[in-house]
Amino acid sequence: MSTGNAPTTERVRDEAVQLLDAAAQLRWSIGRTFRDALVEDLYREAGNLADRAVRQEGRPRRFDLDRTIDRLVTSRIWGFPLMLGLFALVFWITISGANVPSSMLATLFLDRGHPFLVQVMGSIGAPWWLTGFLVDGVYLATAWVVSVMLPPMAIFFPMFTLLEDFGYLPRVAFNLDSAFRRSGAHGKQALTMMMGFGCNAAGVVAARVIDSPRERLIAIITNNFALCNGRWPTQILIASIFIGSAVPAHFAGLISAAAVVGIALLGVLFSFAVSWGLSKTVLRGEVSTFSLELPPYRPPRILQTLYTSIIDRTLYVLWRAIVFAAPAGAVIWLISNVPVGDASLAAHLVQAFDPVALLFGLNGVILLAYIVAIPANEIVIPTVLMLTVLVTGTSVPGAAEGVMFELDSMGDTHALLQAGGWTLLTAVNLMLFSLLHNPCSTTLYTIYKETGSWKWTAFSAGMPLVLGFTVTFVVTQVWRLLAGF
Amino acid sequence: MSGCDGCSAHGGGLQRLGFKTTNADYVVALAGNPNTGKSTVFNALTGLRQHTGNWPGKTVMSAEGGYSYNDTRYRLVDLPGTYSLLAASTDEEVARDYLLFGRPHVAVVVTDATRLERNLNLVLQVLEIHERTVVCVNLMDEAKRKGIEVDDRRLARDLGVPVVPTTARRNEGIRDLLRAIHEVATGETVCRPRRVEFTAPEVTSALETLLPKIDALYPGLPNARWVAARLVEGDPSIVQAVESGRLGEVREEYEVAR
Repeated sequence: MSTGNAPTTERVRDEAVQLLDAAAQLRWSIGRTFRDALVEDLYREAGNLADRAVRQEGRPRRFDLDRTIDRLVTSRIWGFPLMLGLFALVFWITISGANVPSSMLATLFLDRGHPFLVQVMGSIGAPWWLTGFLVDGVYLATAWVVSVMLPPMAIFFPMFTLLEDFGYLPRVAFNLDSAFRRSGAHGKQALTMMMGFGCNAAGVVAARVIDSPRERLIAIITNNFALCNGRWPTQILIASIFIGSAVPAHFAGLISAAAVVGIALLGVLFSFAVSWGLSKTVLRGEVSTFSLELPPYRPPRILQTLYTSIIDRTLYVLWRAIVFAAPAGAVIWLISNVPVGDASLAAHLVQAFDPVALLFGLNGVILLAYIVAIPANEIVIPTVLMLTVLVTGTSVPGAAEGVMFELDSMGDTHALLQAGGWTLLTAVNLMLFSLLHNPCSTTLYTIYKETGSWKWTAFSAGMPLVLGFTVTFVVTQVWRLLAGF
Repeated sequence: MSGCDGCSAHGGGLQRLGFKTTNADYVVALAGNPNTGKSTVFNALTGLRQHTGNWPGKTVMSAEGGYSYNDTRYRLVDLPGTYSLLAASTDEEVARDYLLFGRPHVAVVVTDATRLERNLNLVLQVLEIHERTVVCVNLMDEAKRKGIEVDDRRLARDLGVPVVPTTARRNEGIRDLLRAIHEVATGETVCRPRRVEFTAPEVTSALETLLPKIDALYPGLPNARWVAARLVEGDPSIVQAVESGRLGEVREEYEVAR
């Protein structure tokens, strides 16, 4: 403390209070533009100084490729259209490229592998229930996951990793930064969301880069709105077989890709909206700022990227899906084959869920599938298909009750789901519900570990569910109204 | 000067003291962007083998080492590498608080000659906070390879503080850096740091409102403008420094140092 007599100290304290008041007032009147204006001046000055002091030999002003690309991909006009176009292209390649290998895998694992295993089990004299449990349950669920998910993942993840390595993702974060700040969230939330597009549990952990506890909590809660690995294949598959088939064939790929981009974009919008809602209500506070460095563009090392994206992402996600699919297959087989009264347990459950589900334009099968798939989103589609076979019974040739059967192509899947009473509305609602529902159990556990709060963990699980049911309800009611039902 | 350290061709008058930092005559803070070879400079001066290759956020502690130059003892504090001093992340706060409240005698900003423009952002921010500064333009060898020439004299004239080109990993320019630090510390070289010209009306009008008030409270505070800017943004540690009177103490010690 400065030495001095009492009145001086008091005067100093008064002036200090006045100074802080004036500063607070300015903060209100000028707000966020202050920092931007300040930084802009700083950068301009640094640029001028560097221009005077630095000389590039031979070439007085080198053509700066990085800066030219940056000017384009982060421009106010072209930034967003380029971003959407690029992602649409990635999905289009994924969707149109996945069908052929998918049906090849289905032929291998389902057409050939399944009868072979049944035969093997028969030759060693295994009882029917063991064959059913292991081959029709565990094996089929696993084989389904592999043949449905491996091709899109093997195409999508390397392309996504290439974009990441090239340095494009930080630019996406840069484009989204101001929108996040306007929603009352931290700009770095754009980065955690990018992580979430891979895996929500990873995105939740990545929120550690945000210093303010308030903004970090917002980032954690809203990370679920970034479509994760486990949900991309669901979106891609449903979009290809329902949205794609609703339009002329030569537009199918393009429109399906656009639908997937639309859902991903809707997730981003929900991320903004919920962040905004939280920051205006329970998590009120000021927005903190940060500087985001755009790393130099690097020509991606294609072979290394292919290697790491196949090892780190594709196989990792596939392994996780298999680990969860195997027991889920067992559970599905059990509930489909354990009779309660006149029908199986699954049939009872599906029937019980149906009236409620129809309100939301879904069906009992989908709801039951989402309950079975709480451990991992990856197995939603296989579970839906398996349960549909069960409910539709033998209406599709080759399908045996309680057994997931062989679907050679998307056409067969389409036929099966239509037999299960699916319409375009069901498909749209499934896509919406896949985006808007509780995070998987791994992510929820991570949220609990990161926040240390049961309350926020419960909120993170419940809020998207409520949103999901609300959105599908509204869509269904409006759809039916317009369709004249 | 006897002993290997003293007679080495690169150091002329340098005696590395490693961890011995007591009884230092002057304290020198080492700031800079990540990956500019800041730790290499630190190691070249102190003879320590501090782990290099840290990226922002990884290091939030400051390493310390000592050296003696021309019979004057120096304590060298290696601050976390940061891109700016404006954000609220832990590493930037450590660096900024040390420059403001730790009151080193000299601040050295290590920059990357190949990315000078981006690095100058931090230099300008340090100059706003700390007058007695030496700018070290490191990685000159890389710059030469890329055909980049840095006019250090023009830069020094523009910035108003000494600028020393170095290639720390080959010990080139370290002698000049030592001399520049010594001259700034002893007051032989007087720094007249460049202050950024703010053009945006919202910035200039805000500063005009606050500066007289800051001047009345802390007459002659050298970084009044920077303090004003931080107050407008509501920087909690600066607001707290005003409330607790800590900023007043800082000013008094500036007076004494003069």
